Amino acid sequence: MNQASDPAQFRTDPAPLEDSRFAVPGMRCAGCIAKLENGIGSLAGVVTARVNFSAKQLAVAHEASIDDRQLIAEIGKLGFQAQPLSANPLGRDDKERKRLIRALGVAGFGMMNVMLLSVSVWSGAAGSTRGLFTWLSALIGVPVIAYAGRPFFDSALMALRHGRTNMDVPISIGVILATGMSLYETITGGGEAYFESAAMLLFFLLAGRTLDAVMRDRARAGIESLLRQQAPGAMVLDDNGVTRWVKANALAPGDRMLVAVGENLAADGVVEQGTSHCDLSLVSGESAPQSCAVGDSVIAGAVNLSAPLTVRVTASGRDTVIADIARLMDEAGQSRSRYVRIADRASRLYAPAVHTLAALAFVGWMIAGAGWHHSLTIAAAVLIITCPCALGLAVPVSQVVAAGGLMRRGVLVKDGSALERFAQVDRALFDKTGTITLGRLKPLDLDRLTQVQAAVALTLAQASRHPIAAAVRDELIARGITPAPVEDLVEISGEGMRGIYRGQPVSLGRPASAEDAAGSVTCLTIGDISTAIRLADAMRPDVTAAMDRLRHMGIPASIISGDRVEAVSAMAQAIGLESQGHALPQDKINAIKTLQSSGYRVLMVGDGLNDGPALAAATASIAPASATDMGQQAADAVFTGDSLIAVPVVIGTARRTMRIVRQNFALAIGYNALAVPLAFAGLVTPLVAAIAMSLSSVLVVANALRLTRAER
Amino acid sequence: MTGLLLLIPVALFLGLGGLVAFLWAMSNGQFEDPDGSAVRILLEDESEGNVRRD
Repeated sequence: MNQASDPAQFRTDPAPLEDSRFAVPGMRCAGCIAKLENGIGSLAGVVTARVNFSAKQLAVAHEASIDDRQLIAEIGKLGFQAQPLSANPLGRDDKERKRLIRALGVAGFGMMNVMLLSVSVWSGAAGSTRGLFTWLSALIGVPVIAYAGRPFFDSALMALRHGRTNMDVPISIGVILATGMSLYETITGGGEAYFESAAMLLFFLLAGRTLDAVMRDRARAGIESLLRQQAPGAMVLDDNGVTRWVKANALAPGDRMLVAVGENLAADGVVEQGTSHCDLSLVSGESAPQSCAVGDSVIAGAVNLSAPLTVRVTASGRDTVIADIARLMDEAGQSRSRYVRIADRASRLYAPAVHTLAALAFVGWMIAGAGWHHSLTIAAAVLIITCPCALGLAVPVSQVVAAGGLMRRGVLVKDGSALERFAQVDRALFDKTGTITLGRLKPLDLDRLTQVQAAVALTLAQASRHPIAAAVRDELIARGITPAPVEDLVEISGEGMRGIYRGQPVSLGRPASAEDAAGSVTCLTIGDISTAIRLADAMRPDVTAAMDRLRHMGIPASIISGDRVEAVSAMAQAIGLESQGHALPQDKINAIKTLQSSGYRVLMVGDGLNDGPALAAATASIAPASATDMGQQAADAVFTGDSLIAVPVVIGTARRTMRIVRQNFALAIGYNALAVPLAFAGLVTPLVAAIAMSLSSVLVVANALRLTRAER
Repeated sequence: MTGLLLLIPVALFLGLGGLVAFLWAMSNGQFEDPDGSAVRILLEDESEGNVRRD
């Protein structure tokens, strides 16, 4: 923890301080840091404000008198958008990574110093100098190995306790045996010590494990900052007409929620007041907004589009439709946790083979009459020389390099196991709304507007939070339009924006004719002239290119969506894919299971709540950054940016990575085929072991680094 | 030989010093925000401006 962000140091009064964290993606420079820290830090009730620029987060220690919503409003006044994060989302994983890095530091220190002493011994130190150096090596080596080896010893012990064996068992036995033998040699004053080999082995293996942990944490932190995490909840109106904010899980049936335009419903309910349209696309995949009037039931997760509603809660928290989907997702995710990573699969063959070899060496030399001490030394040499540097180091290095390359292209891959599963995929399923399409409305015919019309439309749109206004505003700003001066701006709920421009009444809002009232048309009026602006959910760029590349890779794709059958098949025909419409979350899981049972490994690409279970059930899955929190959490990778080309890029990179990993396995096997007979014959001295180990590690790491070039 | 008796403790002390410095930096959060440290150098009065010590 940084001093400035540690609230304990400033706790001078008895009032308890609260810690809040916000994701502030908009900070870009030193000026932003100063603005945020000075602006928020000087507020009444705030004790410290500290920016973490790498994570794009702001940590605030504050008194109970100021709450998260006020802080977000204050950050907004400074010109930044902020989203609250849960207290310390990465706490536990962070600890694991720090433990590994500390062990890595200690192992590195031990390795270098012991190696320094060993080199003098190898280059001919004799007599008392040699004795002194060996003793010094032991004094440094034993505590270093005891500390740095703990992650491996713990894991090996855990495996043995459950009657299994994993990669850490031969590593632990080899390291402990080599250290014990060397200690014995040191005390009896003869022979050779393996302290440097043991320390070096631990250093290399820890490096691999640390890389794995760093990659996982970095991707997780990236996804964490994408998540909206708006503490779901609602303004509740009590009998006295007073409103207060209630968190989603504290809502009770019978509560009356006020739902503003653009807000998500926090619970299932029945409309009591108001008439509006609800966007269910994130919940069901249905793209057309549904109208809802008094008496209609609405479900949690729907976005209120056109007018404020009062909704009486019928089901909340664990009883909502969303909670059902979450349960389905948990069940579907079980199958994926059964996936065994390639290094673990290799170790299932590797560990018994190494144990047998070492035991054979020991028994063989005993029979040959070498004595237990000599035989044990040779067995230890076999274990040290066969230790799986290629598996322990080369696999994580390849995966970290590949994931780093993908991150630069805007794709966050959650962990190494995900990359392995992406490489296996041979069938793809795409959701429609929000995945093949952008999932947000885009105005279609802005070209028909004159310069003046566009400028007036921008001013009107800027003043409203309505989703359609936001879509019009974004597109106009992207075209470089500057807003016109409009006076007397008012927002009439359910109608739109009104104002006066150069003495003429102007408006942007719902068209007068009822036929277009579905919500995807807005009408701009200046004086007597009205112009309709149609909006539609546009396709993502590069959809056909992405599908072509997938086909070239031998991955046929099809569409499965919860939207109406006609809408889905029209889109599928345009791209040239097969499709299935009107699919419920359960239908999507079933489609994946059917494909999986006929031998396919299925890639699911989707974004909505309704895709969550399918994303969890598929062999591997990708979600766009615009996806729901649930979708992003269920997916193995998240891509930022609009282009769908990210999907074939991920698959291509994953396949290239696995090719390198397999090459490294071949290298490791070749190296063992050379070195094991030497160890068996008792020809391996500590010097040979040290050289062989570093050479093989450098070789596999160099091979893995070829991926950086392929990335460009 | 007398040279060694001096040099070996010096070498070990330097190595240990490096290790302790690294472990301190880890626990002190020096690696929490590498990008931020790079740009904070451009800020003025950073020590007084951002934190109100009361």
